[in-house]
Amino acid sequence: MSVAIETPRVGRLGAVRDFGGSWLFWTCVTILIGFVLIALFAPVLAPYDPNATDLSNALSGPSLQHLLGTDESGRDTLSRVMFGARTSLVGPLFVVVLSTVFGIVVGLLAGWRGGWVDLVLSRVLDILFAFPGLLLAILVVALFGKGMTAPVVAMSVAYLPFVARLTRSLVVQGKTQPYVAAYRVQGFGPTYTATRRLLPNVSSTVLAQSTLNFGYALLDLAALSFLGLGVQPPTPDWGAMVEQGRGAVLSGQPMSAIAPAVAIVVVVVAFNVVGEEIGDRIARRER
Amino acid sequence: MSLDGAGVAPPRTATFVVWRLLGLMLTLLVTSFLVFASLYVVPGSPIDFLIQGRSPSPATIAAIKKQYGLDQPFLVQYVHWLAGVLHGNFGRSLEYRENVSTLIASRLPTTFSLVLLSAVIILVVGLGAGILGALRAGRSSDKAVLVVVTFFAAIPSFAAAIVLISFFSVRLGLFPTFGAGQGPVDRLYHLTLPAIALSLTFIALVARITRSSMLDVLSREHVEVALSRGLARRTVVRRHVLRNAGGPILTISGLLVAGLLVSSAVVETAFGLDGIGSLLVASVDKLDFPVVQALVLLVVAAFVIINFVVDLAYPLIDPRVKAGDAAR
Repeated sequence: MSVAIETPRVGRLGAVRDFGGSWLFWTCVTILIGFVLIALFAPVLAPYDPNATDLSNALSGPSLQHLLGTDESGRDTLSRVMFGARTSLVGPLFVVVLSTVFGIVVGLLAGWRGGWVDLVLSRVLDILFAFPGLLLAILVVALFGKGMTAPVVAMSVAYLPFVARLTRSLVVQGKTQPYVAAYRVQGFGPTYTATRRLLPNVSSTVLAQSTLNFGYALLDLAALSFLGLGVQPPTPDWGAMVEQGRGAVLSGQPMSAIAPAVAIVVVVVAFNVVGEEIGDRIARRER
Repeated sequence: MSLDGAGVAPPRTATFVVWRLLGLMLTLLVTSFLVFASLYVVPGSPIDFLIQGRSPSPATIAAIKKQYGLDQPFLVQYVHWLAGVLHGNFGRSLEYRENVSTLIASRLPTTFSLVLLSAVIILVVGLGAGILGALRAGRSSDKAVLVVVTFFAAIPSFAAAIVLISFFSVRLGLFPTFGAGQGPVDRLYHLTLPAIALSLTFIALVARITRSSMLDVLSREHVEVALSRGLARRTVVRRHVLRNAGGPILTISGLLVAGLLVSSAVVETAFGLDGIGSLLVASVDKLDFPVVQALVLLVVAAFVIINFVVDLAYPLIDPRVKAGDAAR
């Protein structure tokens, strides 16, 4: 005989559904959707080929032909920013997905099993914490070469502890709730209870953290590209564009460096505002 | 250890110190192993890096192997390397043909001045903004601080560097665009813009933590009692709030210093400074592994050692907390 159990309802979508008033939140959501659309439809939207050089038109300021001017090789800055949205957004996306998935697995395992599993995993997480993300990425690039793959994997490992620790602490708290015991008493297996009943209730808080991580991952990956260790030229990428624009800055035409820098700041601010508001909402509801 | 003598500290403290020390050494040991072993994970053997594309005779290769100890088993090499590291010997740089420790020592002053100057800016501005925000919580000045700080947190240091150079150096001609300068005054002048670029993100971190921990303390009873006794608000804030709010800020200082050291790689590259950060980037570029290994180890060591010191120092600013409670 089965008894209906009142599971606290904090659905994954429920967290987002009841956002009401904040205009700032919705502005940021709109900005982010805008950037995603630009990234998806860059070939249609961009006025020029991002890699087409035009040396007779190098380092020109903003004009009607080139709204954001051109860089040292005469490439259109606006088109490069639009195409740059692709690499600049896809990298952090992979980092967030990988670190969230594996972080939840590690955190759930440590928190649910406890004992020596918890002890060993927590110790490993402590050691990982000692490596700042950028440092780990630099080391991994030294080992496996420049490009996108090595930094993204390294950054996923570096962000994993944040997700894992949060998941672990939420699972440790949630484990003692009566509804968990009720499922166990009814004969539901531990794996079922942990993954299908407990996890959905902690996932919204974890996802709020992951949203914030997206912004930080974007900053770290852009920094790596700026250092010449990430995305390689001529592929347009915001971090790499800032680096390539340094010469232009010194010769008084800073637009080709400043435009991608502004794009980074706008996207990161938007992600931080969205992530924090989601987190605040969840915290307020659970009180 | 003096802490467990004379029955001043309860035995728990001593146990805690010993455990933390063991944890610290374990972290450093694992890190050193990872850093050393990383060279062997790479596609291609270390000898390929040493000869770098040239094709010397088998006798030369054997000589090089012997010189770098590559003819010995892996674990022997590790222990040998670790023993050297403990004596401050990180091997020789492949690129610069000098001892890694000499090389790092020559680059350290620039990075040290940069990180120190940034730390001063971060503490003054971050604490100031956090305190202002907390004391005027909910009012427009608090909101302004929050907005500015959220904005700061999203500015990557290299973008800040470009904007600062573009405006203050190129447009206004107020600051140099390159180099670290000679002598203390000139160095301060050269490092002002880099330090600002390095600070922005961390100002946000410190301001947020200061604000929230001060708000937490401000709402406690002892503050109300102190105010109701007629003490000046200024005194109460200084003596009863700030002191209690200091903990969380101290807790992140390890993270802060490690973060500054790593981010200085970006800022030093942007401003053409010859510190350890730009050395790290150049060494990764040139596959100069002994230097990369030494620098990674140094940053991680700085992080765990500062965290250890903070855990020990915590009871000093908050005597109610015995060492051991602080970390949990």
